[in-house]
Amino acid sequence: MADLDVPQSNAFQVSMPDHVVPESKTRDLDKLLLRPGNLVGPDFYPGPDLRDDIRDYVRILVVGAGGLGCELLKDLALSGFSKLDVIDMDRIEVTNLNRQFLFRLEDVGKPKAEVAAKRVMERVSGVEIVPHFSRIEDKEIEFYNDFNIIALGLDSIEARRYINTIACSFLEYEEDDTPRRETIKPMVDGGTEGFKGHARVIMPGVTPCFDCTIWLFPPQVKFPLCTLAETPRNAAHCIEYAHLIKWPEVQKGRSFDPDEPEHMKWVYDEASKRAELFGIPGVTYSLTQGVVKNIIPAIASTNAIISAACALETLKIVSGCSKTLTNYLAYNGGEGLHTEVTDFERNTDCLVCGPGILIELDTSITLQKFINMLEEYPKLLLSKASVRHGKHSLYMQAPPVLEEMDRPNLSKPLYDLMGRVQKDTLNVFGTMLKNDEKQATSTKVRVVFKGADGVADMDTAIGA
Amino acid sequence: MIGLFKVKEKQKEESQNTNRRGGASSLKKQSAGELRLHKDISELNLPKSCSISFPNGKNDLMNFEVTIKPDEGYYKNGKFVFTFQVSNVYPHEAPKVKSKTKVYHPNIDLDGNVCLNILREDWKPVLNINTIIYGLFHLFTEPNHEDPLNHDAAAVLRDNPKMFEANVKRAMSGGCVGEISFTRCF
Repeated sequence: MADLDVPQSNAFQVSMPDHVVPESKTRDLDKLLLRPGNLVGPDFYPGPDLRDDIRDYVRILVVGAGGLGCELLKDLALSGFSKLDVIDMDRIEVTNLNRQFLFRLEDVGKPKAEVAAKRVMERVSGVEIVPHFSRIEDKEIEFYNDFNIIALGLDSIEARRYINTIACSFLEYEEDDTPRRETIKPMVDGGTEGFKGHARVIMPGVTPCFDCTIWLFPPQVKFPLCTLAETPRNAAHCIEYAHLIKWPEVQKGRSFDPDEPEHMKWVYDEASKRAELFGIPGVTYSLTQGVVKNIIPAIASTNAIISAACALETLKIVSGCSKTLTNYLAYNGGEGLHTEVTDFERNTDCLVCGPGILIELDTSITLQKFINMLEEYPKLLLSKASVRHGKHSLYMQAPPVLEEMDRPNLSKPLYDLMGRVQKDTLNVFGTMLKNDEKQATSTKVRVVFKGADGVADMDTAIGA
Repeated sequence: MIGLFKVKEKQKEESQNTNRRGGASSLKKQSAGELRLHKDISELNLPKSCSISFPNGKNDLMNFEVTIKPDEGYYKNGKFVFTFQVSNVYPHEAPKVKSKTKVYHPNIDLDGNVCLNILREDWKPVLNINTIIYGLFHLFTEPNHEDPLNHDAAAVLRDNPKMFEANVKRAMSGGCVGEISFTRCF
């Protein structure tokens, strides 16, 4: 970590000659970047150029300016990165102040991204942080491509999945199905929940992506509706009854807003009435908030630990000063301190980051011919295929109502249906014969059109 | 990876970057949830008594309706419509299913909430749209008085099946059961 200007004790200088590491603000960083070592990564070239290049050329996007985001911005800024962007759609609330240390009481109500950027820039000279007060979905996909690394400090599966899909969409594969190095968009993802947390490195095409390991998440706790309606047994049941059943019944049309104190109070009152009716103790206003918003109390130290791991991984990926985390760190500080690193494997059939099957086609080929081809194509042998391109379904075999709508597409050239691009990805679904058994599958297909106007040879399309 | 980043940055500064990169630039925003839903729908294997429709057209697969016409049991010949709302985190989360038709049923309340275990506590990502539709169908062929959302209907089913049968028929014809009136759904 870089130092603010404070006189150094000479004891630290004993092992390092001055001409190698001069007294400087970046003393600690210099120890990592200016000296050779034994645990370094494969492409590591120590020297002041490395440190300066990190400062001058690397752009990092921090997604989220909350518990993890504040820590990440601080850590990255002090780790020598000077071009940061931060995106967050929320405003500061009082309950954030115990851990989102960049914010003060007078900042309540202001956009998190803007205040966070301002505060870090005030404390660390030379760093430039561009705040984005917006939803991640509202940015163009190319926005994300401008960054070298994306660091995630998010709080939902949905948001992580979204960024993961975008980052993996930049990935391109060579003809032999190996990932193209310059299209890999690394992500460092951190998450915390009370005393537990994780930090992971995602290199699309190399390590598992978020979707490859989506099975890691246990399903959410949902109570049966009839328990809520008829036989509540605990305080949470009473609260969910008020939230899910009573509210729509009484407040016809008005959608419930968990951030509206009036709504929350209404749910709390109804939940208390129900609890009294059934003789159930324990309904409090704060439990109501917790159950309705699915809140687990956040702890500053967990956020600090996970963000530190993420920032360190970012530095390692960029500089190669040490081998990167492979690839998932789990942390549990609930009872004692436990960390564990697991090397998860990619799912090569992953629809989001997998190579899929490469098919070269003529621009004249119709959708119907393409579907027939899939049946004979050696690696596929897919019968009754349905085809999807991005958000559009080109043809669905079933149900009848959709098949009818899509039938006209069958006679059109696939090249036209795909918007006349030289290459793109399709998703196909159908039944495949595997080990003599018919199995429903979905696969990614990389389509390359031969003789399309523009570049005929894939290898010269993008400069080396 | 700094070497790579430096080169990329320099390239961006120098060239106009008019390459036609088919992959990223033509990607329209889609979610992994939609993909899995698309797969489920293309694999639908519905019995004759169930059908599916897409009120928002084929480009919005996340919101659709399923119509069930039971061919046996108390609800024979009735027509019941359910709305399905699928979220972006499907299949991690179950779709939200509600009954659009007002029905006299022990497991469906008058607001359209459906008490079906696989929609809530027993949902697993390995289940799909087909299994949900079969589950709904099952509610009509075998209504269950043990997990009631409508406890009046459940009590009648348990204590007086003949009266339950009559109530169901009356409700489906558009009559009243007790103080509640229903609309015809044949």
